[in-house]
Amino acid sequence: MKEPGLDRRDFIKGAVVGAAAAGGTATLAAPDIAQAEPAAQAPVAAPQAGYAFLNLDEAAFVEALVDHMVPADEISPKGTDLGVNIYIDRALAGAWGKGERLYMQGPWKPGSPSQGYQLPLTPAQLYRAGIEATNAHCRKAYGKSFDRIEAAQREEVLIGLSTGKIAFDNGPPVRVFWTTLYQTVVEGIYSDPIYGGNRDKAGWAIIGFPGIIAVHRDHVEKYRGKPFPSKPLGISDMS
Amino acid sequence: MATKLKEVDVVIVGLGWTGGILAKELTEAGLKVVALERGAPRSSENDYSLPNIRDELRYVVRHDLMQNTARDTITVRNNPKQQALPMRRLGSFLPGEVVGGSGVHWSGHTWRWTDMEFKVRSNYEERYGKKFIPDDMTIQDWGISYAELEPYYDKFEYTAAVSGKAGNIAGQILAGGNPFEAPRKRDYPLPPLTPILASEMFTDAARNAGYHPFPRPSANASQPYTNPDGAKFGGCQYCGYCQRFGCEANAKGSPHMTVIPIAMRNPNFELRTHSWVTRVLKDSDGKRVTGVTYTNVLNGEEFEQPAAIVLLCAYAINNVHLMLLSGIGAPYDPVAQKGVVGRNYCYQTGAGATLFFDGKYFNPFMNAGGSNATIDDFSTNWAFDRAPHDFVGGYNVSGGFNTALPIGYRPVPSGTPQWGSDRKRATSKWYQTAMVINASGSVMANRYNCYDLDPTYRNAFGQPLMRMTFDYQDNEHKMGRHAAGVVNDIAKSMNPTKLNPAAARTDPWTVVPYQSTHNTGGTIMGTNPRDSVVNKYLQSWNCHNLFVVGANVFPHNSSYNPTGPVGALAYWTADAIKNRYVKNPGPLVPA
Repeated sequence: MKEPGLDRRDFIKGAVVGAAAAGGTATLAAPDIAQAEPAAQAPVAAPQAGYAFLNLDEAAFVEALVDHMVPADEISPKGTDLGVNIYIDRALAGAWGKGERLYMQGPWKPGSPSQGYQLPLTPAQLYRAGIEATNAHCRKAYGKSFDRIEAAQREEVLIGLSTGKIAFDNGPPVRVFWTTLYQTVVEGIYSDPIYGGNRDKAGWAIIGFPGIIAVHRDHVEKYRGKPFPSKPLGISDMS
Repeated sequence: MATKLKEVDVVIVGLGWTGGILAKELTEAGLKVVALERGAPRSSENDYSLPNIRDELRYVVRHDLMQNTARDTITVRNNPKQQALPMRRLGSFLPGEVVGGSGVHWSGHTWRWTDMEFKVRSNYEERYGKKFIPDDMTIQDWGISYAELEPYYDKFEYTAAVSGKAGNIAGQILAGGNPFEAPRKRDYPLPPLTPILASEMFTDAARNAGYHPFPRPSANASQPYTNPDGAKFGGCQYCGYCQRFGCEANAKGSPHMTVIPIAMRNPNFELRTHSWVTRVLKDSDGKRVTGVTYTNVLNGEEFEQPAAIVLLCAYAINNVHLMLLSGIGAPYDPVAQKGVVGRNYCYQTGAGATLFFDGKYFNPFMNAGGSNATIDDFSTNWAFDRAPHDFVGGYNVSGGFNTALPIGYRPVPSGTPQWGSDRKRATSKWYQTAMVINASGSVMANRYNCYDLDPTYRNAFGQPLMRMTFDYQDNEHKMGRHAAGVVNDIAKSMNPTKLNPAAARTDPWTVVPYQSTHNTGGTIMGTNPRDSVVNKYLQSWNCHNLFVVGANVFPHNSSYNPTGPVGALAYWTADAIKNRYVKNPGPLVPA
């Protein structure tokens, strides 16, 4: 595997420092970064690049996470090429991430698992705290943050998160963080492309889901027991 | 200070199926009716149309048509020793919050509950003896009979375009229908939907096992239809976006395209949306109600709407909440077993198996609420002897799909890694080549399962949240084991490549994930005010001009979806009000 060395984050941090030294501001770095993106990474129909919520450490974490959970293979492109990272960023930046529909009044008690979500955190705050805690664990265990460790170590971390073998010091409960993390990755693969993931409907193509096709009335008998010739359609295709 | 408005004949709280039915029926009878709906007006043309309605994230995951828990929710606990905590977001059940209520996003399953339920205590005592029913199982007869409700079931089925196959017309058992159903006067208005492969395979396997499979009756019009009121339905498109969605084809029987528009055209009717009712008002001696107070949630203004008759037609949970907030009837205390409001809260249970068939294409994205097949051999079939299994109640078993969209439904054999290429390969291989068999089971009332007002948490209006105390009892665990056994036997007989078998649930009820929006009880119906809140006409024993309509009046929960009796009881209540109450206001049943 490629040595996780100098990455975009280093470049951005360097650029910011450089810009600051040159009397500029952090925002000036953005256009430079767009040009510095390796062209090979950008598929044709990429949604708007850039992050609305994730900071540099978080973006690196999410990109590493989705590419590990959804590797490129004969079934689909990798997570970042599916836009799963973009989906997650937009979800966290949007109403859901900010706690829309979430009852946020105290008092706050841990409760039992059967009582559901009981944290005083919006999903975006939970994500932020969980990434920080996971990276703290990785630095303690491997000397590096999650995005810089080897694939086998990432695997070990995800197993630790999913089974509860990892416990966060002072962080949110691992079980709750993992459930949220996992659900958002799934949503990023399989929700409509208008939300930034499932790019080119390549997520739906994994399973042969035809998308938002309007009518199956005549298909029920015609394709009973036979594969449906699926060229998936999304909301944009019919708008 | 609330602005006091002019008195009307009837105020309806909540405009879903029950409110819509009563609004139509009572305005046609000449009464001036105002409906207060907490949600927004939405229509098939403007809101449930293509392509935007086909959005799993928005409607299934983010609950676009559902109650907003930031504004009002409940607190939950499994038993009275626990501290209840707020259900901070929806999960286990999904009350609707738009014009049309949960009738917009249901999948249309419409059952006729029978005297098996309405005479539950008498039936079991007579056959098995008093001791068969555990001491803490507070089941009781409903005080109504199937024969009384039959014409109203019929009316609801023809209003909502239920597609199905009769199994018993006037006592004659008909092949292909449910032989255990109670006698109906005539068939469903529409023939069953075209079965999908999973439904056909389940049907064959169930028949081979000696059971009696039939197409699940559902308010999904199998062909274009005009109901007796003139509401027009398109034919079901098997689009796979049924449960949680409004129907773009107007093929799913829903109040917003049947009874509500008819009421809206009547000059006797007025709908006020975004109107959140906070309290039912009583007169000084507590014998009558005088109206309701509500808040316009668009600007915070408070109103008092006086009315000669008040109808609570909100979601089952919210009706009970309003009764408790308004202090009508004695609140139930599970420890002392005193009081009635909040008593006999019930839910449902179940067990399911996933069957994987290498190379068989089920096309799980083609389905409708009614494209499944069901057996009733372990529910309304009274010949099924419960004694060896030691449980009260029953379950029905279905094979097929109902809204199998990819964020929520991606079956893989147990033991598949949670992520990585192997996960993807398994997901890719099995999404289209798996099917499910599910048992849906009843829950009998128990003295500890109830509602009351939470001592700690409040809603956006400063009122106490309602507290739900609920868990499954031994009775449900025994039934769950039996159901899992039957499901697995059928599944194995189908010889799948791989099987994730059904397992009876053993852990406590939990607020996540989704289970069913079939919450019942809390303001139950009965024969006397000592153990019920409303009489058989859903009229409050305390205040004769208050009617509480919905599944909140069910004294226990069966294995079936509740909307059939909910709709039938709304028509039944409408008749009682029109034909009897308005002529001579007072208790329709002597207390």
